[in-house]
Formats: sequence, structure tokens, C-alpha cells
Amino acid sequence: MRFFADQLILGLTDGAIFALIALGYTMVYGIIELINFAHGDIFTVGGFIGLTLIGILGLQHAPPALLIPGVILVFLVAMSLNGLLGVAIERVAYRPLRNAPRLAPLITAVGISFILEGILFLLKGPNQISYPNLLPGGSLNLGFASIGVGNIFIILIALGLMIALNQFIQRTRVGRAMRATAQDRDAARLMGININRTIGITFFIGSALAAAGGIIYGFDYQTIDFSLGFRNGLVAFTAAVFGGIGNVVGAALGGFIIGIIIDFVGGYFQGGQQWSDVVVFSILILVLVFRPTGLLGMRVPEK
Amino acid sequence: MSQRSGPPAAAGARKPSHFGALGRARYIPYLLLGVGLLLFPILDGNRSQVDVAAFAGVWVLLALGLNIVVGYAGLLDLGYAAFFAIGSYAFAILASGQFNIHISFWFLLFASAFIAAIFGVLLGAPTLRLRGDYLAIVTLGFGEIVPRVFRNASVFTGGVNGIVGVDQPKLPAVFGWSGNFGFNPIPYYYLILGVIVLSLFLINNLRNSRLGRAWMAIREDEVAAAATGINTVTTKLLAFALGASFSGFAGTYYASKLFIVSPESFSFQAVSVVVLVMVVLGGMGSMRGVIVGALLIYFIQSYVLIQLPGWIVSATDALNIDFLTKLDIGSYVQRSNFLIFGIILAGIMLLRPQGLLPSAQRKVELEGGTSDEAVADLRGTA
Repeated sequence: MRFFADQLILGLTDGAIFALIALGYTMVYGIIELINFAHGDIFTVGGFIGLTLIGILGLQHAPPALLIPGVILVFLVAMSLNGLLGVAIERVAYRPLRNAPRLAPLITAVGISFILEGILFLLKGPNQISYPNLLPGGSLNLGFASIGVGNIFIILIALGLMIALNQFIQRTRVGRAMRATAQDRDAARLMGININRTIGITFFIGSALAAAGGIIYGFDYQTIDFSLGFRNGLVAFTAAVFGGIGNVVGAALGGFIIGIIIDFVGGYFQGGQQWSDVVVFSILILVLVFRPTGLLGMRVPEK
Repeated sequence: MSQRSGPPAAAGARKPSHFGALGRARYIPYLLLGVGLLLFPILDGNRSQVDVAAFAGVWVLLALGLNIVVGYAGLLDLGYAAFFAIGSYAFAILASGQFNIHISFWFLLFASAFIAAIFGVLLGAPTLRLRGDYLAIVTLGFGEIVPRVFRNASVFTGGVNGIVGVDQPKLPAVFGWSGNFGFNPIPYYYLILGVIVLSLFLINNLRNSRLGRAWMAIREDEVAAAATGINTVTTKLLAFALGASFSGFAGTYYASKLFIVSPESFSFQAVSVVVLVMVVLGGMGSMRGVIVGALLIYFIQSYVLIQLPGWIVSATDALNIDFLTKLDIGSYVQRSNFLIFGIILAGIMLLRPQGLLPSAQRKVELEGGTSDEAVADLRGTA
């Protein structure tokens, strides 16, 4: 029972990170039908921006009273900067190809992914870099299980961001514009929606959430390296497809489920860790075979 | 009417060029190139250069295969390394000391191409019914799974260390040559050269066949292609399986040439993206372009990027500027593989999507867009 609970908490923590990345994939796919391959690397860049800010502010040695506003500041600044990076990438690499054959932006996205990885590689080198964990330590003992306070914080931060996002999409004017653009770009344009701006905002939000995921990843694993984005991006994409691509709630749900699956496979099977990725990618293929619309997705006719 | 305006016109315009002095002159450079390639190992006494050429052939073959999938059928396959790995391991397991099985190279060359094609069908059949970009991600996932399975299933594959001591091809002895390939690069060179020439004939005929035209129709507009009666799933599947079989074929050759297989040589960064860069750089759908792209990238990877740090170090040392030496530019260049590939992929797609040596037809599409056929027609005839 204790072991089960431990794995479940681990899975939910990993799942929170995957879900934050998956939201970016699903939003971008929903609005311009592009698999943004660079998104995994945008996540890594966000983590590195967070690390740099922590270093600049000297938060590892900050007194507890300054720590909380400091961490909030790190999140806000890193998310904004990463959001702008996402907007810039869309502007330079995807917008010019919006009416090109489908293959073109997809290949460009792979290229952007390599460029981001290459820049991180040049700046930060190939080795793992240690990341300070600024979340409170200790654990809550519930009798049948003990839960790390840090893990609770991670899950709460992620859930908070997801709820905020959902409210934003459902309740605000910009959110409505995003939904309209996703549904029918031409009709939305005729209704006076600024398509380019709406797509830009989508990239901004997706990349900002990825930055939050990157910082949380750093706190959780206390290490970061240039190539994180490839594997985590692929897993998060699986989560997005699993939940139903284009569906924000589905991506969050898919993220948590995939996180739990990974940690259960890794925890319960002998040598399971080296197979857990194989299991995840097999799930991806199986979902696409048997239920390509995912858990919550709807069938969309080909345009 | 120009050649670009469509298949019937193109066929009509091309025919006369087979006759007359001008038509024949077109083939002279190719003839010279062929003679040069045949004589190269004899004239060049440096065995290591022949060796490099034999390996370069593997990449040419891979690029030609991927070009069928990406260039002709317009399907993005990001897991091309998986089929390469399957071909390599199929050969390494069935022709090495691993289980003391030694099946003939010549048989396995085709058998592993067939095995790779079967895996291609198994993977493609369910996913090719979906939208094109799902295929990209599924193949990416598959490309990650396969090397991991080979690494983890160490009972069969030797795990991380791989399989060392893979068999090498044998032929009957002729003209005082024992027929053993061994570590002599020259027979390998001729083998791959022959395979590439055969592949060129095969692909060229396929491209102009009913199947090839169906591929291009699907690439340009899948819904319209289906409406004209093309079975899009089967047609896409054939392209995908054929591409996979090229990769499997190349894998067998590669394993026996390298003498060793190990899971690290089949990663996304080491194979799948490299071959994609070759195809995109050279020009999707253009055989000439793809071959040039493959050779160019192989040359950059195996020579320029390896030598460049040395050149820069000696240059900065010669200039004797302390500041430059401290910057250690050499180590940066060595690490910039990712960046270079990324810039090539994104840059080509944004600035010259048709590639360095485009096929005429593809160029029109990529510049004019496919959404409005009339635009492409106007551009073609203008």
C-alpha cells in the first residue's frame, strides 16, 4: 500500500510536468494543426531561463521570507520570456509557411527543435547541470503513506495553472477568439478576429506553460540538460494525443495518466525503468490505431 | 507549352530530346561520372578513401529510400532509423557468432529488406489511415522504441555492447581474388555502387509508373486523389514499405561493412534526422538532388566537422592571439552538429523549400502552393 501510494504520488508529479507541456502541443495543434516539434525544447529553454533567474536573484541563499515572492517572480519572468520566444518562433518559422504544403512547417519545426537544442548545447554543454530545489522539503505522514510537501506543491501549481488556462479559454474574449479560430479560421476572420494575434497568443500561453513545466522539472529532479526536451516532449505529445489532441482538459488528463503509467511500470516491474518509454510510445501507437481521437477528442472531418 | 504544365505536356516535350545531338549530349556528363566512379578505387591507392566512399554509399541509399516516402508520397517519416536498425540486427543475429548461425549475406540482404518492409506495413497500416502528420509522430515513437528494444533485449542482441563479429560477404573466387570481402573496402565499394545504380533505375521507373503518379497525386491533394479513384491507404502503404525496405537493405550492408552493430548507432539524431536533412537539402522528390544532398552532408559530417576544430586551433595558434585561443572556438564547432542541421532544415524550408537541386514539378508546387491549382499552372506556363 505504501509503495503503491509512493508510486502514485511520483506519477502525479511527473504527470503534472507532462501535462503542462502537453497543453502547449494541444493548443497549437488545435489552432493551426501543426505538431510543434520544437515545443519539447521550448520546455527545456524555459527550465534554463528559470535556472538563470534563480542564479541572478541568488535565491538558493535567500532568507525564507524572500523565497516565496522570489520563486513567484522567477515563474512570472521565465514564463513571459519563454512565451515571447514561442511567439518569435511562430512569427519567423511557422507563419510564412501557413499556406505552404503541410510537410513544410512540420520539417521547419524539426529544424527549430534542433536549433534550440544546438544553442543550449553550445551555451551549457553536454553535461547535466544541477538545479536547486526551492520547494519546501519534508513530508506529510498520512499513516498509510507519506507524501512529500514538494510533490504536493508541484501538483498544486500545475493544477492551478491548468484551471486558470481553462477559465481563460472559456470565459474571456481572447479565449473565445482562440476557440473560434481553431474551429474555422476564415469564418473567425470574417467576424473581425485578428487571426495572427490570436495564434501568437496561443503560442505565448503554450510556451509560458512549458516554462513553468521546465522550472518544476528542475525542482523535482534537481538536474537539467540540453537534451531533455526530446524525450519529455515526445511523452507529453503522447499525453496530448491520449487525451484527445486539441482538447485542453484532455491534455491535462492525459498528462497525469501517462505520468502514472510511467512510474507504475518503472516501480512494479524488474528493470521496468528502461522499458517505461517503450511502453509509453507503444501506447501512443495503440491509441492512434484504436482511438485516434483520444479520450476526450471529437472526430474532425478532413479539410 | 512548357514541360511544367502537366504530365501529358511533359511527356510530349521530353520525347524529342532522346534523339539528336543535343539529347545525347545530355548524357555525356553522366557517362563520365559513371566511368570515374568505376575507376575510382583503381586510380586512388588510398584504401581509407575508398572505405569512406563505401560508407557514403549507405547514406545515398538511405536518402534515396526516404525520398520515396517524403519526396514522392509526401509522408514525413521520422523513424527511418528503426528500419535501418531492424535490417542491421536481422543480419547481425542471423549471421554472426551470437547464436552461431551463419546464413548467407546475399540471401539476408534481401530477407532483411523484406523484414523491414513487413514492419513498415505493420506500423503503416493502422496509422496511414489517419492524417499525414500523425505518421510523423508515430514513426518518431517507433524510431525510439526499436533501438531501446534492441538495447534492452540483451539475450538476443548483446545489449549495450551490441554484436561484434558480424559475418562478411563471400563470392566465388575469380581472377586470383579469393572472393572474401573481409576488411577490403574495394568489393564493398563496387557492391554499393551497383546497388545504387540498380535502385536509380528502379525508382526512376516507379516514379513514372501509375504508382509513382498516384504517390504524387496524394502528396499534392489527398482528398482529390481519393476522389479520382486512387486507393490512398494502399498507395501510401506501398511507399512507406518500399522506403522501409531500402532502409533494411542498407542496414544489412552497413552491419557487415562495419563488422559490428550497437544500439547507439540508430538514434534519432544519428540517423533519422541526418537522412531527412539530406533529402530536404538536396530537394525532396529529386533523385539527383537527394544524392548530392546525401554526399554533401556525409562529407560535412565525416570530414569537415571533424577537421574544422583542428583547422581553427592551428589558425588561432598561428595567429598567436591569446584572446582567440582562450575562446576555444574549436570545441564550439565540434559541438555545433545540432545547430547546423537545424539551420539547414528550417532555412531550406523557409528560403528554398525546393532544395538545392529541385525536381521541376516539385518546385512549382512549393513556390505556387497547392491550394490553388490555377496558380501553379500559370506559373508553369508563364
